[in-house]
Amino acid sequence: MIFNPAQECMDNEARKKLQLANLKNLVEMLYTSVPFYKNKMDSLGVKPTDIHSLKDIERLPFTTKDDLRENYPHGLRACPKDRIVEVHMSSGTTGKPVVDEYTMKDIDIWRESMSRTMAAGGCTKDDIVQNCYGYGLFTGGPGAHYGALNIGATVLPMSSGNTARQLMVMQDFDTTMLTCTPSYALYMAEEAADAGIDLHKLPISKGCFGAEPWSENMRKEIEKRYGMKAYDIYGLTEIIGPGVSFECEAQDGLHVNEDFFYPEIIDPQTGKVLPDGEKGELVFTTLTKEGTPLLRYRTRDITFFQRESCSCGRTTVRMHRLFGRTDDMLIIRGVNVFPSQIEQALIEIEGTEPQYLIIVNRGESHLDDVELQVEVKKEFFTDETRGLEALRAKIEGVMKSKLQIGVKVKLVEPKTIERSIGKAKRVIDNRKI
Amino acid sequence: MEIKQISVFLENKAGRLGEVTKTLADAGINIRAISLADTADFGILRLIVNKNDEAVKALNAAGFTTRILEVVAVEVEDSPGSLARVMELFQKSKVNIEYLYASLEGKAGKAVVIFKLEDHAKGLELIKQNGLSMAEAF
Repeated sequence: MIFNPAQECMDNEARKKLQLANLKNLVEMLYTSVPFYKNKMDSLGVKPTDIHSLKDIERLPFTTKDDLRENYPHGLRACPKDRIVEVHMSSGTTGKPVVDEYTMKDIDIWRESMSRTMAAGGCTKDDIVQNCYGYGLFTGGPGAHYGALNIGATVLPMSSGNTARQLMVMQDFDTTMLTCTPSYALYMAEEAADAGIDLHKLPISKGCFGAEPWSENMRKEIEKRYGMKAYDIYGLTEIIGPGVSFECEAQDGLHVNEDFFYPEIIDPQTGKVLPDGEKGELVFTTLTKEGTPLLRYRTRDITFFQRESCSCGRTTVRMHRLFGRTDDMLIIRGVNVFPSQIEQALIEIEGTEPQYLIIVNRGESHLDDVELQVEVKKEFFTDETRGLEALRAKIEGVMKSKLQIGVKVKLVEPKTIERSIGKAKRVIDNRKI
Repeated sequence: MEIKQISVFLENKAGRLGEVTKTLADAGINIRAISLADTADFGILRLIVNKNDEAVKALNAAGFTTRILEVVAVEVEDSPGSLARVMELFQKSKVNIEYLYASLEGKAGKAVVIFKLEDHAKGLELIKQNGLSMAEAF
């Protein structure tokens, strides 16, 4: 279902006009109310009056995660303090947290974005939505909550964790829609299988999954285990939270809510804007935000744009599902490797679980060694070293052909790789470079 | 008479083998024969115990991956050439042995050799026809 056809199916020229008007307002506001942006623009010699077309955005400065950290907690606020009604923050696991401060209008934008997202995933007022994204400073829980509530669905605000209780509620309250990270969806399916719960017999039939990169094969796995349609959704705290872009029933790229968030793809090395179809780093400008609006924020996420219209009728640009992140991308012996490629390959191999851990070490020879720990499926254990050795050799062969590098595979016991209730940790990089 | 063997998948990790034996000890299980096949990365522990169902239950509850298989346990004389005669018998009849290990358990003057045979039924028949005695109750 299309939640807001007027915006989502808008004529492209009309949309560009709207984007340009909002971009001009934004630049003016940032220049006059945020010293950080005034300084950046002055150092590049660009003034708000220099913005005449959307193309002129390329003259404006980028904003990076480091900029956000250096301005923690309030340095990027663009409105008076008393207009802020809600605050969210990233976890800060890799440094100081990044902050998003919302005015009431920002919450309205978020609610609208997530309504479109949830509706595209099939959510209607008749749905019972089990929301197992974390609630709290993390944007996942409240974002999905606002969207589902606005549509008129019933929300079960579970937050993440306590899987036994999740499964109990799923059965007792006839959950029809699931929202969580894809890795947690798989983990719950495993636990359900162990508890003898047949997910196919439950009314749960669709879900919106995001907050971490995942592969097409992982989607198939989730769809198979639950008997559901699984949709990819995307967002980040810095921009608004979830709701920046979402998949529709075509499941072919994520529609960007580009009336709110202006997207660009750049070459991560040079910063040059790349043409549609070329893979690079995703950049967003929050055209309409008031609390902590951002100019050309570098997401570090890798994707490309599909501009041709979608069978669903929406005219918005689509981003391909994420290939990974510039900071997740491993450069191993000069080869770019994304954890999602490994996951994609693993699901095609019978006998393994899509649970893995990549450990990178730099040996004495200064060469990188990659160990890939893979869980053997319980049913695959046959008491024969031959069978297991063959499986190990097969995985190594597949990795070699898909990644172009040699990977040492270590088979580990089922359920020993740590399951995550939020973002899965897939890489341990021990190299000191 | 076949004997049930419990196989346990063990990744190569310090202390994992000890956890198996501790789990069995806590469940009051007696190990009658044991063998560990290992590669650089993982091991397969094979066990003959006195109480199969309880042992499997305890191991699974402790998170181990197990499998139960039927093996044959042949009693051989504790004297030179006894095992060779059994092997010759298998060889002549083309019964392939996947692996074997010996148990310390046995009557005085006898040893017990546990065979995992490729063709379990054929092996059993062969043993019966040639009057070899099998260990039944461990």
